[in-house]
Amino acid sequence: MAMTAANGTSVSIQDLSLNFGSVSVLQTLNLDVAEGEFIVLLGPSGCGKSTLLNCIAGLLDISEGRIFIKGKNVTWEEPKDRGIGMVFQSYALYPQMTVEKNLSFGLRVAGVPKDEIAKRIARAAEILQIEPLLQRKPAALSGGQRQRVAIGRALVRDVDVFLFDEPLSNLDAKLRAELRVEIKLLHRNLQNTMIYVTHDQIEAMTLADRIAVMKGGVIQQLDAPQTIYNRPVNRFVAGFLGSPAMNFLEGELEAGPTFKTDGVSVPLERYAFDGTERPTGACVLGIRPEHIAFGDAAKSMPFSASGSVEIVEPMGSDTLVWTKLGGRNLSFRVEAERTLRSGDPVQFGFDPARASLFDAATGNRL
Amino acid sequence: MADQAVSLPAGAGAVGREALGPSGPKPRHVFSRRNIFLYGTLIVMAVYYLLPLYVMVVTSLKGMPEIRLGNIFAPPLEITFEPWVKAWATACTGLNCDGLSRGFWNSVRITVPSVLLSIAIASVNGYALANWRFKGADTFFVILIVGAFIPYQVMIYPIVIILREIGLYGSLSGLVIVHSIFGMPILTLLFRNYFASMPEELFRAARVDGAGFWGIFLRIMAPMSLPIFVVAIILQVTGIWNDFLFGVVYTRPDTYPMTVQLNNIVNSVQGVKEYNVNMAATILTGLVPLIVYFISGKLFVRGIAAGAVKG
Repeated sequence: MAMTAANGTSVSIQDLSLNFGSVSVLQTLNLDVAEGEFIVLLGPSGCGKSTLLNCIAGLLDISEGRIFIKGKNVTWEEPKDRGIGMVFQSYALYPQMTVEKNLSFGLRVAGVPKDEIAKRIARAAEILQIEPLLQRKPAALSGGQRQRVAIGRALVRDVDVFLFDEPLSNLDAKLRAELRVEIKLLHRNLQNTMIYVTHDQIEAMTLADRIAVMKGGVIQQLDAPQTIYNRPVNRFVAGFLGSPAMNFLEGELEAGPTFKTDGVSVPLERYAFDGTERPTGACVLGIRPEHIAFGDAAKSMPFSASGSVEIVEPMGSDTLVWTKLGGRNLSFRVEAERTLRSGDPVQFGFDPARASLFDAATGNRL
Repeated sequence: MADQAVSLPAGAGAVGREALGPSGPKPRHVFSRRNIFLYGTLIVMAVYYLLPLYVMVVTSLKGMPEIRLGNIFAPPLEITFEPWVKAWATACTGLNCDGLSRGFWNSVRITVPSVLLSIAIASVNGYALANWRFKGADTFFVILIVGAFIPYQVMIYPIVIILREIGLYGSLSGLVIVHSIFGMPILTLLFRNYFASMPEELFRAARVDGAGFWGIFLRIMAPMSLPIFVVAIILQVTGIWNDFLFGVVYTRPDTYPMTVQLNNIVNSVQGVKEYNVNMAATILTGLVPLIVYFISGKLFVRGIAAGAVKG
């Protein structure tokens, strides 16, 4: 699922560093993107994900390292010579040109023959269903239409690699969900390599073949969405992905192995440790709200406890229930039909195999 | 709406709904205190600025005997356009007795190339400074800004020497060069700030599309910048047209611009003071900037606002 690696590498970033004066934005970063792969760069604002994308596009000069696209060293190539198309968050359509002129601008600059331009525009307009809009100016388009045109501008260039810089962030929630599906369909139909920057974890989870979670200019984890979700390599990744967020319980890891915190002990026989050695000491146990069973189902779990409901957050599709475990807040999901009230006694439990253990000091997965 | 009203149960409910809405026309407060203050202030300011213009127009349409009566606010009893004709065609300035017409054409020949040249260079400067961050760009910009604050008088004599050395002293092209250089700091600042306020992603998109330095400027940036070009044109036309100092220093009587000629007409000490001719000459000289303002006033305001607020 992750890599259609048989086709080879499309984009290869080797030991890339970027400094602005004395500020280091990206540090010896390595990333290989397979042909036809959809990679999402995910991270909070300021993590360097957009910067990395601009480096790939050639819009920022890198300090060290090399960038290969389709096996060609493009480190010092101009953006237009890299075989990339880029879609920007603010659409960046040329306001004084019609949609058609916007689409053809790059081709006209490159001196492509007129009939070829017309052919490519017709194809892009058909794929994106913007044929009726071709003679309009960007100001007369809605946000979703503008973003379609922006994607079309990358499409007509007939490039190998598409770069998306938070393309859906300026749209409202409904439109975002629609265009998300369209981008996924577009990728399925075109089979191009796509690198997509976002801070939205839903976009990342739904679109990506692999997600690169970034923080402080460093890729924390690069893996398939399910792996990142279920086996985060550190506490940052665990906390960044998932809504509602993962529960974290601080405590001690003891031989056995058992996790202990404030009179609660969780048996960890079923937990798959990363290494072969069994560490002990201060650690953090993370468990996602949807992995916590409730009521009768909880009793059959390797670990179960009881408590009382603190507050209830109905979300429509399901309900988030807050309780306490060992004096710490813990949330779990129940079906929306359950009517729980504050103060109700609850029985809950989970399978430690689905939990994540992190070193308290380093935050790394144990 | 009608359907809804019908479907409603008749009686108290419907009446209640009607009573909720506003009844009768919306009251208007023409003579509210706010309006009186607002329009009062505006009228006073307008009269304050228009009164001198009125006096000038009225005086320029009177004959000298009527002016000697002293009623400067009175409208002319006998309207005559002779002072206008004299100011334009026959008034004497020094040796030449062909009125302001010579100065007018000189001013045109100074203003048009100066405006075009200075805006062409400054817009590219501003674009380069805003979008192509070259090494030392900040230093260059600071020097340019400092340049805007150096008093002109300091540089008059050095420039006289420079123009003399390159053989342009006293010629119109020399003055054009001087005007273009002195317009550079403020215009570059104007264009740089405008281009810097444009979305950076537009510039990046154009680079991905393969446009180069000139391609992006001519095909993307400049067509989007009409308001700031209008602002620059107005600033330069009025500034250069109204300039007196450079005109009197760097040209000869043959090539005097209109302002210098106007001064020579108005301040001539021989003979009778022809107030009507002076007034007509002054209005004629001020007409060009005035027309520019009237034509492009709206664009001017838009450009100033666009430069100030980040779009």
